[in-house]
Amino acid sequence: MLLVTCPYCGPRPEIEFRQAGEAHIARPAITCSDDEWADFLYMRDNHKGYMRERWRHVAGCGRFFNVVRHTVTDKFVASYKVGEEKPAIPAEAAAGPRVEIVR
Amino acid sequence: MHFSFFSLLRQAFAKHEGWPRQWRDPEPKPAYDAVIVGAGGHGLATAYYMAAEHGMRNIAVVEKGWLGGGNTGRNTTIIRSNYLWEESEALYDHALDIWQDLSQVLNYNVMYSARGVLMLAHTIHDVQVAKRHIHANRLAGIENEWLDPGQCKDFVPVLNLDPNIRYPIMGGALQRKGGVARHDAVAWGYARAASALGVDIIQNCEVKGIRRDASGAVCGLDTTRGMIATKKVGVVAAGHTSVLMQMAGVRMPLESYPLQALVSEPLKPIFPCVVMSNTIHAYISQSDKGDLVIGAGTDQYNSYSQTGGLHITQHTLDAICELFPMFRRVRMLRNWGGIVDVTPDRSPIIAKTPVPGLFVNCGWGTGGFKATPGSGHVFAHTVATGEPHRIAAPFTIERFKTGRLIDEAAAAAVAH
Repeated sequence: MLLVTCPYCGPRPEIEFRQAGEAHIARPAITCSDDEWADFLYMRDNHKGYMRERWRHVAGCGRFFNVVRHTVTDKFVASYKVGEEKPAIPAEAAAGPRVEIVR
Repeated sequence: MHFSFFSLLRQAFAKHEGWPRQWRDPEPKPAYDAVIVGAGGHGLATAYYMAAEHGMRNIAVVEKGWLGGGNTGRNTTIIRSNYLWEESEALYDHALDIWQDLSQVLNYNVMYSARGVLMLAHTIHDVQVAKRHIHANRLAGIENEWLDPGQCKDFVPVLNLDPNIRYPIMGGALQRKGGVARHDAVAWGYARAASALGVDIIQNCEVKGIRRDASGAVCGLDTTRGMIATKKVGVVAAGHTSVLMQMAGVRMPLESYPLQALVSEPLKPIFPCVVMSNTIHAYISQSDKGDLVIGAGTDQYNSYSQTGGLHITQHTLDAICELFPMFRRVRMLRNWGGIVDVTPDRSPIIAKTPVPGLFVNCGWGTGGFKATPGSGHVFAHTVATGEPHRIAAPFTIERFKTGRLIDEAAAAAVAH
């Protein structure tokens, strides 16, 4: 189980949260093309490496927030509120080996 | 060499020391007519059918690790075709047809065992959904039948029918032609048959880039074993599809998640079929070796880690222990994870891409093993002719733009 840090409540076990996919996907204007709409709804970077993603603290404060997590090591490097400035993505070399899962 | 009773007898007298290598281990040639990326079951099946049915012999399969080392070797080997929509029914039933005599066709025992797949219903809603599937399947000519709780118990004697459990059993949908096969043997059988037809299977060869010419069409692959020129590339890379497609500048409607499975210590034959339960997240069968093979749901977050949280498998074992109380004292031996590529509508993509010469077979999510022969068969047609096979035609990438989705909640037997 992962240890997820909610920027409002602090570190909590993963089962209190729902992951809500890639972060910072802006809804296009109502006049957008079908391609832009499909991009918004369905197309994802699915990045291998550091990823910005949304989580929701469903069994806690209920709020959405963003994190930076590495998708190979599953290691969280930052957790920030919606609307806050995005933290920098670390260099890929700094990722290191996969962390042991907290059990 | 041909496997037969006589070859077995001959080797028995020769102390089994004369069995040859089953496939060649060639150096990559500078150029091929087509290259398949990913030597899992689907990729090897694709290459085999391209050689066997479309006469393409100058082709290669490149693989980052070893063949069958990804999800092909990590799944729970369940085979069934009782999907809801016509498009999926056609696709999965096509695969089920090929499974019937696959061992004979490949001259390699894939141990397909039609022992029946029983999908349990625990709520009124489950019952309605299962019956809807049964009716849809009946209209499509796919066998799938309803069993009441007593009939379920007859079919799986170890089932717990106690009405006082958290999710009591209200019946189940049984597909008798469903079952299991030996997953490694499927990869090995296709590899052996493809290699015999001249397909080069190149392992430990990771694709690092997809080269395109001035017109934008594919013209080669950069790999860790050098540049390979080719006009056609078929990406069959499961969880890593997005990574590969990014090399050609194509963004995919995919997300990769860990999916876990586990096996118990070997037991004497106790479990005669496959049982799945959508509602309480578990599926179970017993392998020919005797171990209980148990599958869990996906973890909730995107990952390429090939491992997942223990609470996911624990949740599954809770369900198994409630359904089959006699397994409570069975020890689990190993658990592991594979990375599955999930599409928004839980149906695969078997299609051309916006890049000329680049084809993709992906998005099988949590249930690709059952489709291995059918997937390879229709994708081989798509790559060889440049146009989708009739059965593969609905499974385009464009469906996410047109909205013509194939919404298969049943794609995984466990709810997401």
